[in-house]
Amino acid sequence: MFRKIFAWLDERLGLTTIYEVTLDRKVPKVNWFFTLGSASLFLFVLQGVTGMLLTIYYVPSPDHAYDSIQYIMNGVTFGWLVRGIHHWGASLMVLVVFFHMLRTFYFAAYKYPREFTWVTGVVLLLATLGMGFTGYLLPWNQKAYWATTVGTAIAGSVPFIGKFIEQVLRGGSDLSAVTLARFFSAHIWWLPAILAAMIGLHLYMVIRLGISAVPTEED
Amino acid sequence: MPDSPHMNRREFVTVVTVAVGTAIGAVVGLPAIGYILTPAVKVQESEAWVPIGPLANFPVGVPTLISFVRSKVNGWEKTANSYGVFVIRGEGDQIKTLSNVCTHLSCRVNWDDASQQFKCPCHDAAFDINGGIIHGPQPRPLDEYEFKIEEGNLLIHFVEG
Repeated sequence: MFRKIFAWLDERLGLTTIYEVTLDRKVPKVNWFFTLGSASLFLFVLQGVTGMLLTIYYVPSPDHAYDSIQYIMNGVTFGWLVRGIHHWGASLMVLVVFFHMLRTFYFAAYKYPREFTWVTGVVLLLATLGMGFTGYLLPWNQKAYWATTVGTAIAGSVPFIGKFIEQVLRGGSDLSAVTLARFFSAHIWWLPAILAAMIGLHLYMVIRLGISAVPTEED
Repeated sequence: MPDSPHMNRREFVTVVTVAVGTAIGAVVGLPAIGYILTPAVKVQESEAWVPIGPLANFPVGVPTLISFVRSKVNGWEKTANSYGVFVIRGEGDQIKTLSNVCTHLSCRVNWDDASQQFKCPCHDAAFDINGGIIHGPQPRPLDEYEFKIEEGNLLIHFVEG
């Protein structure tokens, strides 16, 4: 019965082909360091799911941001768990993505023909750091407020155009409701969109070009 | 080893992957159900005797709409909700206190003096002066508040949740 349904779907959707191309492809003999990319992808999905859950209650307004998080932590069933996973998952994701980059660098996996995979990886690393930076403001507590004050002031130290960048980031000269709203927007729409698009490109190239082997002494 | 009775490496990896995947999915998925349903499940009940005013305020034979405000905490904020009650004073000390919420889909009904009916602006429901159904889609008469009179003041019993 299930075999028949699967065969019917497979004939129309090419499920077997998708499986063979994406998961059943030939790989060289590698080690555990080669799982960091998959781990990054897993964390991206985990952050996406827990983040979507958080937006059910979180309100990006100076009047309600802090209180809505208090409600998530104390009023909502398993709210502490969902926020906890998102909070710790964020730090873990930055670490894992960074180690993934180090592995690629030390194993020289960025070389021909995978230069463009590396370029998309750079965008992914920066977008991940951007997620961390924008997400840090959202609790709207003292730590968040001053971390963002300092972070945007660092951007302001760029010669000539620094002040302008700082004001674009803050949406004005000071941190305000405008800052919180645009950080929230970046955090849930713009950066995730960039991440998703870049992950698509990144994986397409990984599948198309195959992964590199562990370098030998001759390399 | 095609004839081995044991699981081969490939099957083992498949089983472990599915098992670990299911476990992770459950750790996030099951709490998520409670997380989403919390505000619906944790409904707070409230009840109080709300003073509506001295009996002398209500003219005989004409429904008078009195508004009152009840506040309650919803999630991270305190919401003030406005409610309406029609006080209908008949001959003697006969009193009826009707909710102004239409029993069809919760629009607020108005008293129409010309036709002597409560009329709902949304779907043309009409009720008589006692809240009984005249015509329209409403399933039941207007709801009544329990009331009492203390020292000439009218109080209604407000129950929610």
